[in-house]
Amino acid sequence: MIDFWKRFKQNHMAVIGFVIILIILLTAIFAKWLTPYDPYEMDPVNRLQSPNGEFWFGTDQFGRDIFSRIVYGARISLQVGIIAVGFSFIVGTIMGLIAGYSGGWVDNLISRITDVLFSFPDILLALVIMAILGSSLNNLMLAIGIVYVPIFARIARGTVLNIKDSLYIEAARSMGVRPITILWRHILPNAMAPLIVQITLSFAFAILAEAALSFLGLGVSPDTPSWGIMLSEAKDWMELSWWTAIFPGIAITLAVFSFNIMGDGLRDALDPRLRNEKS
Amino acid sequence: MEDVLLDVKELKTHFKTEKGVVKAVDGISFQVRRGEILGIVGESGCGKSITSQSILRLVGYKRNELVSGQVLFEGEDLLTKKEKNMLAIRGSKIGLIAQDPMTSLNPVYTVGNQIAEVPMIHEKASKKSAWQTAIAMLKKVGIPSAEDRADQYPHQFSGGMRQRGVIGMALAGNPSLLIADEPTTALDVTIQAQVLDLMLKLRDETNAGIIMITHDLGVVAEICDKVAVMYAGKIVEQAPVEELFANPKHPYTKGLLKSLPKLGDKERLQPVEGQPPNLNDLHEGCRFADRCPFVFDKCHTEHPPLFSTDSNHRTACYLYDEEAE
Repeated sequence: MIDFWKRFKQNHMAVIGFVIILIILLTAIFAKWLTPYDPYEMDPVNRLQSPNGEFWFGTDQFGRDIFSRIVYGARISLQVGIIAVGFSFIVGTIMGLIAGYSGGWVDNLISRITDVLFSFPDILLALVIMAILGSSLNNLMLAIGIVYVPIFARIARGTVLNIKDSLYIEAARSMGVRPITILWRHILPNAMAPLIVQITLSFAFAILAEAALSFLGLGVSPDTPSWGIMLSEAKDWMELSWWTAIFPGIAITLAVFSFNIMGDGLRDALDPRLRNEKS
Repeated sequence: MEDVLLDVKELKTHFKTEKGVVKAVDGISFQVRRGEILGIVGESGCGKSITSQSILRLVGYKRNELVSGQVLFEGEDLLTKKEKNMLAIRGSKIGLIAQDPMTSLNPVYTVGNQIAEVPMIHEKASKKSAWQTAIAMLKKVGIPSAEDRADQYPHQFSGGMRQRGVIGMALAGNPSLLIADEPTTALDVTIQAQVLDLMLKLRDETNAGIIMITHDLGVVAEICDKVAVMYAGKIVEQAPVEELFANPKHPYTKGLLKSLPKLGDKERLQPVEGQPPNLNDLHEGCRFADRCPFVFDKCHTEHPPLFSTDSNHRTACYLYDEEAE
């Protein structure tokens, strides 16, 4: 673990990403003490104020303080990102591992299920699931999670197929290691690199998908301070007041970007083949 | 005989494919005694590796893989054992040294960790004592400063050291039978010699039986006690090593020996003409018939059984069928 941290530290971009994510996380946790205004409170007198000393990021069309809404929005976005991607990573990876390792009809069944899920456009599939489940934050996360399951399943399956026939797996089998242990201890760690990259990418998509679904009225309720909702509401006022769109946009970009560069660093640090090359 | 460790009888491994049945291993029999090194030689694709995998039951799970015959290991037939019992035998009683040391270590674990896994599985050893075993194994196979090396990853090892690591892994369970599947093929000559020396030393120390699978007759001459020559899934000749080199009987073995370069000899090498037969399209009769310079009518009717030409020299060729004359 210490070793891992040392290697992670060598990648400065990844550390920057990690620090930004940490800041966003702390912001989300301590939102209550960081915000000068209630993010839900409307103030018609001060609507569409440009950024000034009183409202740092300006106000939106209902006079709500954008800074406060962005700080609270970190909660929603992180929550959606982490839970939805966590769900699809766990479910998808397990499905992919089983499919790739067992082969035969199990593989066929799982692969066909993922094919079916893949054949729908992402947002459409999420829409259908949301329409069935009804709109709430939990269902939103579940829907986004289901949508990204097949990607993880397919990546995991492909990597397993690749690794399964390698000699070190045969060596492990010849040593009497149980199939489940082989899968868990010998195959999964070797398959992690592409999965970690996919996690960071999916995280970005999840934040955007939450925005899109909320915009269509199927996500969280419109008054909730979510970066996606703020951005989609702002599109009507952009020409008039740029700050309504810029700040949530920056927040999304920053979160997505820092997750991506941290993902790259994680992948390099976790891959022993790349170790010691820089030292 | 009591000291027979492994007795393989009529082992057959067939693969059903869309093009027909591939008879990768077709009725081979051999014995390995404790402390004996048996060499199995043959060209690529003649079924050597499948033989070793069949013994360990690493093939035979899928419906299209058919393994039959008997593999008596310490008197018990491995082919009828339950998978659960096989798990306990693999790695502890029978160790396999896989073909290519470059890829037979898992890149994400330290070499020590991988060796330590063996005692942790089979002896339920604690992490600490398993680690000690791993270090002891690395020392045994001659890796300098084993304590530090155990903590390194495979890519930090050179080819020869990786092969030593792989051998250490195969030895960690203290097996009584060691199957080495071309352990020296991927190594350069100096390292080859070291690895072969190591195997001889280990044989003397542990009195384990060793099956040395190789296509290199030089390796056979160096360390084996007896040799089985495989051709297209069959054993065509079996003899003690000196006997085989001094007095090869089967036309294929003769051909193999003629195609070896000799130092200072200016004669042209004589390769064995032709290609081995397609294993899913075998005709009746001797499988070597198409390439054999001594072929006659009978060779095309039935595959010859093993004929004894000497007390312990047997050849599958009608040239040595004494009853026929």
